[in-house]
Amino acid sequence: MVDVNHVKPYGDTLNDGMVQLSFTLPIPLSNAAKEAARQLTASMGLEEAAVAHAEGISDTFSFFIVYGKCSHGVNIVGITVPEVALEVLSKKEIDDFIRTHLNRKLNVVGACIESDAHTVGIDAIMNIKGFNGHKGLESYHEINAVNMGAQVACEEVIHKVYEIQADAILISQVVTQKNIHITNLTRLVDMLEAEGLRDKVTLVVGGPRISHELAKELGYDAGFSSNTYAEHVASFLVQEVKRKNVWDSSKETG
Amino acid sequence: MKKLNLSQEVIDRGRKYAKQIVDQVQEHIDAHSTVAVERSVLRLLGIDGVDQAGVPLVNGIVEELHNAGVLGKGVMYWFVNGMIHTKLSSQQLAECIVNKTIHLLELPRTPEGEIEDAALQLAIRSLAKIKERRQEREAWIASLGKGQEPMLYVIVATGNVHEDAIQAQAAARQGADIIAVIRTTGQSLLDYVPYGPTTTGFGGTYATQANFQILRQALDEVGKEVNRYIYLTNYCSGLCMPEIAVMGALERLDVMLNDSMYGIIFRDINMKRTFVDQYFSRLINGYAGIIINTGEDNYLTTADAIESGHTVLASELINEQFAFRCNMTSEQLGLGHAFEIDPQTPNGFMYELAQAQLVREVFPKSPIKYMPPTKYMTGNIFKGHVQDTLFNVCSIMTGQSLHLLGILTEAIHTPLIHDRFLSIESAKYVFNNLRGIADEIYFREGGFIQQRAQEVLEKAVNLLEDIADIGLMQALALGYFADISRTSEGGRGLQGVIVKECSYLNPFIPLMLKGGNSNG
Repeated sequence: MVDVNHVKPYGDTLNDGMVQLSFTLPIPLSNAAKEAARQLTASMGLEEAAVAHAEGISDTFSFFIVYGKCSHGVNIVGITVPEVALEVLSKKEIDDFIRTHLNRKLNVVGACIESDAHTVGIDAIMNIKGFNGHKGLESYHEINAVNMGAQVACEEVIHKVYEIQADAILISQVVTQKNIHITNLTRLVDMLEAEGLRDKVTLVVGGPRISHELAKELGYDAGFSSNTYAEHVASFLVQEVKRKNVWDSSKETG
Repeated sequence: MKKLNLSQEVIDRGRKYAKQIVDQVQEHIDAHSTVAVERSVLRLLGIDGVDQAGVPLVNGIVEELHNAGVLGKGVMYWFVNGMIHTKLSSQQLAECIVNKTIHLLELPRTPEGEIEDAALQLAIRSLAKIKERRQEREAWIASLGKGQEPMLYVIVATGNVHEDAIQAQAAARQGADIIAVIRTTGQSLLDYVPYGPTTTGFGGTYATQANFQILRQALDEVGKEVNRYIYLTNYCSGLCMPEIAVMGALERLDVMLNDSMYGIIFRDINMKRTFVDQYFSRLINGYAGIIINTGEDNYLTTADAIESGHTVLASELINEQFAFRCNMTSEQLGLGHAFEIDPQTPNGFMYELAQAQLVREVFPKSPIKYMPPTKYMTGNIFKGHVQDTLFNVCSIMTGQSLHLLGILTEAIHTPLIHDRFLSIESAKYVFNNLRGIADEIYFREGGFIQQRAQEVLEKAVNLLEDIADIGLMQALALGYFADISRTSEGGRGLQGVIVKECSYLNPFIPLMLKGGNSNG
């Protein structure tokens, strides 16, 4: 029986705590380096650390694959992870929802902002073809979706928000280094606030390193990570926009 | 070698349409220059450095003439006139212009014939330096040799050029043959080239002459050690495409990402600007003996790889014709494509084989650049490693040339040192194990692979016929490539396009056209 107050990693026997990891040390390979890798692993809280593989990958670097048994367990009772609360609707239901509640199209701007040149995420959500058989927002009859692509400056996003009277902004951040995605995301929120637009739009961010919790912390309405499709995002948008009750039928459709 | 039973007549027809398409655009190219081309001319004359505000001297000079509306004669006319009158070196004169102690437009005008003669002599001397670098490369390769095809091509992207040099050397020791230094995102949209070494870039370093020099030196060092000349790659793209070509030629880069349409489609750079810039940049790359890489692989990150396979081939044929216009040779054209079919597709690997073999057969002499899966990499690094392995198998089975290694942590972060190691190790394993496989297999007459390749070829030729009919600019406006639409007046950089006067002076163009091909 799994002890929910003390869950440990599983290898082939309950509570064996088995963990695999790999890392590089910036030192030449030697027996001392191998022992160093073992000791380092032990100090991470892994018992019976065993170096399964050690290889010099340059004169000055050595690479290790190590197994060990995790001495810790985790209590999953009482863990709460903020998740986007939403009822996932189908594409047709979303279109119907907009028709019933809005009498005009829902205007959505999407962009992969600032330093990031990777359109994979925003395309998966917005492009007509979508991803994995889930059609993107451009294919929704009642959504006017504008995909601005990659490396879009925050200023341009804001310009577009005015231009198409956007109800929602979708931001993608895929590849990051030294946490630049945080800087980018914060910059946009600051600018939206300065423009007095923040409360008028629903602001969503997505990407492999994004969680709903992080998104909320940064001042976004929702954050989506991997395995999100257009219908998830669209379901959130229509429900959130309705909840906020800022639907303004006087807005023009672009 | 020929396994697909392709009709040579159909291939020839594709080339004919591609040539028609490029001929139409060439009329625009011949009639125009750009601020970036004119800055490149100054760089070719040896002008380097920035002013107190950090603005490159070449920008200061060209901008002033552009604002005065006199660039239609070519910067060479004004600058050489200045050199004749002041007897200063090009660098000294450039500094005086930027310091405002000399005003080019206020100097007396020497007769045009005299300026033309002096300009020609200066251009010949400048190009001798580039030729020297080219011969240097040839000597290195003659003495050390180079990697065997498919050459292992990896990227480094630490954001600090000194760290890049360390990682690049480590990669070469692990077996990499080609190192690309990823450019920090956003440089393509800068209308100037940053100056000096980069130590704090994000996701890469700037393409600067100092950075090129640091990496070149590091790779020459490690090349001697591993007894193999290591190719250095950077990005000759964006608003400063031709200037980066000059820097690359001077610092002996070997490979440049240099596409005729990528900036238009993916960076929203104005097409009238890009077409002129790509022409001058390719004249330089051609003359310098550099291999260019084209960016068709990117189409498949937005469009579907099965549905849009023919757009890749069509674009490659167009890119080839643009390069031929600069007298580049087939051996310099690293035409790009990618392994981007959804892994869940039944027989997906057979589609990949068909496309890879097709590209190989349509461009038998070109060092084809093959890009790894990116779109369907998930963060499951174990599965990713297997996807990359299939990619490696496809590459060796179809004789690809420049093999950009897939990295198991694609879609998570820029490569860690051991990510790159694992990738090189597995590619070496696959290539060594399957070294002679391509000579042992053929594809069944009329089978799936032959049929698929023939179908893609037919569709590509039909697309080219269609584009030849409406013109390339219109085709781009209609979103023919990567499903992205761009207009001829939209995008960045249009204000930097200049109408040439009939007296436009740029002796580099005829000299490089003459020398590019014969030199190879």
